[in-house]
Amino acid sequence: MKILVAVKRVIDYNVQIRVKDDGSGVHTDNVKMSTNPPDDNAVEESVKLKESGKVKEIVAISIGEDKAQESIRKALAVGADKGIHVKADSYIEPLGIAKILKKIVEKEKPDMVFLGKQAIDDDCNQTGQMLAAMLSWPQATFSSKVNLKDKSVEIVREIDEGLETIEVNLPAVVSCDLRLNEPRFASLPNIMKAKKKPMEQLNAKDLGLDLTNRIQQIKVEEPPKRKAGIKVANVAELVSKLKNEAKVL
Amino acid sequence: MAREAMEYDVVIVGAGPAGLTTAIKLKQLDPNLNVCILEKGSEVGAHILSGNVFETKALDELLPNWKSEGAPVKTKVSKEKFLFLGKNSSLSWPTWLLPSVQKNHNNYIVSLANLCRWLAEQAEKLGVEIFPGFPASEVLYHEDGSIKGVATLDMGLDKEGNKKDTYQEGMELHAKVTVFSEGCRGHLGKQLIKKFNLDDGKDPQQYGIGLKEIWEVSEQQHQEGLVMHTAGWPLDSKTYGGSFIYHAENRQIYLGYVIGLDYQNPYLSPFDEFQRFKTHPSIRKMFEGGKRISFGARALIEGGIQSLPKMFMPGALLIGCDAGTLNMPKIKGSHTAMKSGIVAAESIIENIKNKADLSIYEKKFKESWAYKELFTARNVKPSFSWGLILGIIFTGIDQILFRGRMPFTLKHKHADHEALKPASQMPKIEYPKPDGKLTFDKTSSVYLTGTNHAENQPVHLRLKDPHLPINYTLKEYDEPAQRYCPVGVYEIQKEKFVINSQNCIHCKTCDIKEPSQNITWVAPEGGGGPKYGNM
Repeated sequence: MKILVAVKRVIDYNVQIRVKDDGSGVHTDNVKMSTNPPDDNAVEESVKLKESGKVKEIVAISIGEDKAQESIRKALAVGADKGIHVKADSYIEPLGIAKILKKIVEKEKPDMVFLGKQAIDDDCNQTGQMLAAMLSWPQATFSSKVNLKDKSVEIVREIDEGLETIEVNLPAVVSCDLRLNEPRFASLPNIMKAKKKPMEQLNAKDLGLDLTNRIQQIKVEEPPKRKAGIKVANVAELVSKLKNEAKVL
Repeated sequence: MAREAMEYDVVIVGAGPAGLTTAIKLKQLDPNLNVCILEKGSEVGAHILSGNVFETKALDELLPNWKSEGAPVKTKVSKEKFLFLGKNSSLSWPTWLLPSVQKNHNNYIVSLANLCRWLAEQAEKLGVEIFPGFPASEVLYHEDGSIKGVATLDMGLDKEGNKKDTYQEGMELHAKVTVFSEGCRGHLGKQLIKKFNLDDGKDPQQYGIGLKEIWEVSEQQHQEGLVMHTAGWPLDSKTYGGSFIYHAENRQIYLGYVIGLDYQNPYLSPFDEFQRFKTHPSIRKMFEGGKRISFGARALIEGGIQSLPKMFMPGALLIGCDAGTLNMPKIKGSHTAMKSGIVAAESIIENIKNKADLSIYEKKFKESWAYKELFTARNVKPSFSWGLILGIIFTGIDQILFRGRMPFTLKHKHADHEALKPASQMPKIEYPKPDGKLTFDKTSSVYLTGTNHAENQPVHLRLKDPHLPINYTLKEYDEPAQRYCPVGVYEIQKEKFVINSQNCIHCKTCDIKEPSQNITWVAPEGGGGPKYGNM
């Protein structure tokens, strides 16, 4: 069995995001970048499945500028076998990403596509779903437990009502929740070995796809600052403030 | 079972200016050498913090084409100012009356973190292997006692030291020569200085804490290339310190404050002195309406050659501020650190090829311009132990008239941790409340550093005696850790000493200033600590 796992390079989750003065986006110069955390979970789960003998090959893919290769190398260092870097110098919307992934799926013919439930930079949570729709494959999103069988995969999903268990036929698209596992550390020798693993390089422009963005970004702003709270003396004052100042009653 | 091991010609601990320079120089001299660098930060530059007005002398020697190769060394110093601050007044000191070591017209305002990132690229192009996120945590020895290399930290341990699912054993890295370039108060360097008695016959090392913020200001407030320093308020005349204000590119100002860690009053809080400093009328107007975008802090070396330990031992070298090569009156250490790296690389080549003894490193360093510079600078810092005014008068005579060649050398009498006086003998200091616009609290500041440590790992700030903070240090000194730590790692809560090690920004001040030397800083799990951008 073969898994295609998608990883995205994003601003590290510990970094405080700074919005550009002109509202055109956020600062990324000299900012620490890392792999999108739920994508790390997807890689980890793929490697676990490989260790259990159920999966033969893991292909890690990333779409983005040259440095996206860092995320692929990281996946290779913890156990992926091959990398594919699709070079794209500007932002591509989830629809475009899904189209690129579809193209790669047709070429690589994996039994399962694994990806994070969403990326922490744009929080779209769309790529996996769009990809499944375009491939006409079943989809299992927000997986927090994965049980791979011969021709299907059983997934536990955390939903508002509790835990939902579903089983989908393969091939399928599976997106991962952070609770799925705890990603391992890459060891030094494996980081060195990863440098020698194959990495195919493609250019998004050469794939013959319409990658035009459909959404126009008007402005990026910081969320409004929370005002300092006040202490009220009694319930009457509280009610009066809620009614007259906050106007919520 | 023996740990896995990798063999190198040279292993370097720490990807700062000194370590990266050593690596580059080694590969320039012999491209076939196997060289690797271990770095505890999540990427090169993540733990680098410095002023920084950069003197290019060592970079010119190392990579003469740095300009055309795109080094992030671009903003030339265009104007200089020096202010003495009183509580509400300021006196501008004419620059022609400044000693030449404090003149900066050929220097550049840089982000040392960015410069290190660029140096790392140059090193990787030459084939150096750099491993960010892997702290060296242990020195390894041959049977004859010489240094064999280092081991990386075990990863994936829980608070009690039990193995988690993600446990991964540390690795051994063996080398013909191991180079320690951890920066000021490196935790392995400290062990080596003790084990090999490298500081025998030297004065106790002197340290400072440097705090830095980056501000974005309006065009009217910005004057690219302006370098300004202040002395005086808010510090009293017995406390050594001052500010730097460097106008960098992109309407940014690098603003910082350095305080000698030989201060006496346990109520002093370096962080709050820095915040208070910004409220001075001459300073406030420079930042009002602007936005603080970064914060950080790091200890630095102030001892100079009186405290410079022996820099070699069997199988290993200490370079840069892991030894202590900063030039205090110049307020610069990057160029001397890099020079020590160049000399170290040349010495290692002679050691590996011609079996020359590693002691040639210290001999060569003492013949270099870097050491000559440190020699003429040696009397400035100790003279300030007589107070600000006498210090300035002496420094004027020493630096301007004698150019540092007076026929005697002043001594550093005490280690910094011995300098604190009991709380009962010192006045309490009331610091003004932060306004959230110009001045800030520690919580919002640590937030800007991007600091994080994986939860549930062993605490990396170790107490030799866990009861000492409450039983002794609190009573005697009102537990100064609450104040000298710039990010509030240490708190007293209901008669309990709490260590919020997750907030630690690896500045090492606690390891230096704790009056009983009860706190030991060790490396936490790889990738932890701050994630500085262009500090």
